[in-house]
Amino acid sequence: MAKTRYAPDRGLTARMTLTMFLLGLVFVAFITVLVLVLSATGRVSGGAIIFFAVLLGLVLGVGSLFYSDKIALSTSGAQLVTPQDGPEAARLHGIVDRLCALANMPKPRVAIAPSPMQNAFATGRNSKTAVLVVTTGLLGPRSNLDDGELEAVLAHELSHVAHKDVVVMTIASFLGIIAGLLVRFAFYSELFGGGGRGRGGNNNNGGALPVIFIVLLVGIVTYAVSFLLIRLLSRYRELAADRSGALLTGQPSKLASALQKVSGSMNAIPTKDLRSAEPLNAFYFVPAFKAGGKEVALSNIFSTHPTLERRLRQLSEISDQLSKQA
Amino acid sequence: MGFLDTLLGRTKPAQPNLDQLFELPTAAITLEAGMNLVPTGIGSVCFRAAEGRAFSDIESDVRELLSMGTSTASVEVTKDSYGFTWLTCQHSKDDFEALVTDLHAVNSSLADGGFGPQLLCTLVSFAGDSGRKLGIVYLYKRGTFYPFAPTSGEQRDNALELQVRGQVGADLKIEPELNRWFAVWGAPGL
Repeated sequence: MAKTRYAPDRGLTARMTLTMFLLGLVFVAFITVLVLVLSATGRVSGGAIIFFAVLLGLVLGVGSLFYSDKIALSTSGAQLVTPQDGPEAARLHGIVDRLCALANMPKPRVAIAPSPMQNAFATGRNSKTAVLVVTTGLLGPRSNLDDGELEAVLAHELSHVAHKDVVVMTIASFLGIIAGLLVRFAFYSELFGGGGRGRGGNNNNGGALPVIFIVLLVGIVTYAVSFLLIRLLSRYRELAADRSGALLTGQPSKLASALQKVSGSMNAIPTKDLRSAEPLNAFYFVPAFKAGGKEVALSNIFSTHPTLERRLRQLSEISDQLSKQA
Repeated sequence: MGFLDTLLGRTKPAQPNLDQLFELPTAAITLEAGMNLVPTGIGSVCFRAAEGRAFSDIESDVRELLSMGTSTASVEVTKDSYGFTWLTCQHSKDDFEALVTDLHAVNSSLADGGFGPQLLCTLVSFAGDSGRKLGIVYLYKRGTFYPFAPTSGEQRDNALELQVRGQVGADLKIEPELNRWFAVWGAPGL
């Protein structure tokens, strides 16, 4: 048995598991509270509302999963390329070919997005629909990344494909979507159902308003908590992709220097470009949009990506592990 | 890769499969008999150098091991434009088995040092009449072989490649997915 230099980060795994568990817990607690509140007042049929919310949520979730690649391609204006589409496309394919052979994974499709920003992202629900998108800013002659750094960025994105991050994050956000839908449904049914009955009987009207507020409050709390947990999960998955990508090329320092260069140029690009890229943020290599100018603790917990310092620290740990004598 | 590894984002680097390499000498005989393609005596191992002292130590050990070795072997180290390192061994044309043994020594040295995941492929080259060139590429992570026949420019002789697949299909495990037959332009010996 060949020995391996792979050292799993148990802390990261444990934190990620805990986050996913908490997300599930929040979801279950939310539904339970909602059912209790609705059935206690007896005003509306809680079961029907939950059924429709889950159904609509499923449709939305499955739809966005199935079209994730097409949506991302059209939003970013990226074009799929073959190795014959010019020297840059050939080079990109060459690097991806080699990385996939190293990692023993199927090769995703490759696309180039016309954007001066230096960024890359991967999308698609499985290995067949996976697309790796690279901006022209990262590829062109004006790019300040050297070949090793470009390779490191691509390895990070391939790790997202291998970890099925699009599926994981869609399912995670699915909980938030359903919470939002449930609140809305409950709110409307209370509003209209309650109002209609109030005109007729007027015997139970006093309970209508508090119920709406309870449902709203529960919904808002659920949404806020699940939002923070989803962002936390996203940051953990970025760290996991950094780790796998760095181990794939065997060059963690190249990824570190690419991160430094790319996040530097991110801050220099005009805001207009950055904002148009915001919807795709969660799948980007580095986030293109920052809420605040400065990195403060509060903005970190809303961020889809870990701080540069956190990512660099992990990469230097991996570098240490790799250089340990056999 | 297991479901949990995907869910928790902890993909492990793929380990190489080294044993299949020894099937090469049989295939070489088949190629010579069936298609008049003879080994050039040149073979190379391609890997992605990892950063740090540990890897460079192993790399220099391997180089030393090979150059100390038998009779006519010469060893050369080159870096290609993708940043991959090619360790090329040249033996006399009729000592194909010694070449394969040397290549295997490189693999096992790297794998023993914990750098098996860094191995990309091994290539042995063949030459035929009227300047035909053929490389048999071994993919460590898949444990499969595929033919690579470059012609002038960056063009591949797909007809020759498919013909070779038919010839050596019984001797070697040929990579079934054609999109994994990636090109290695400018590989040593081709």
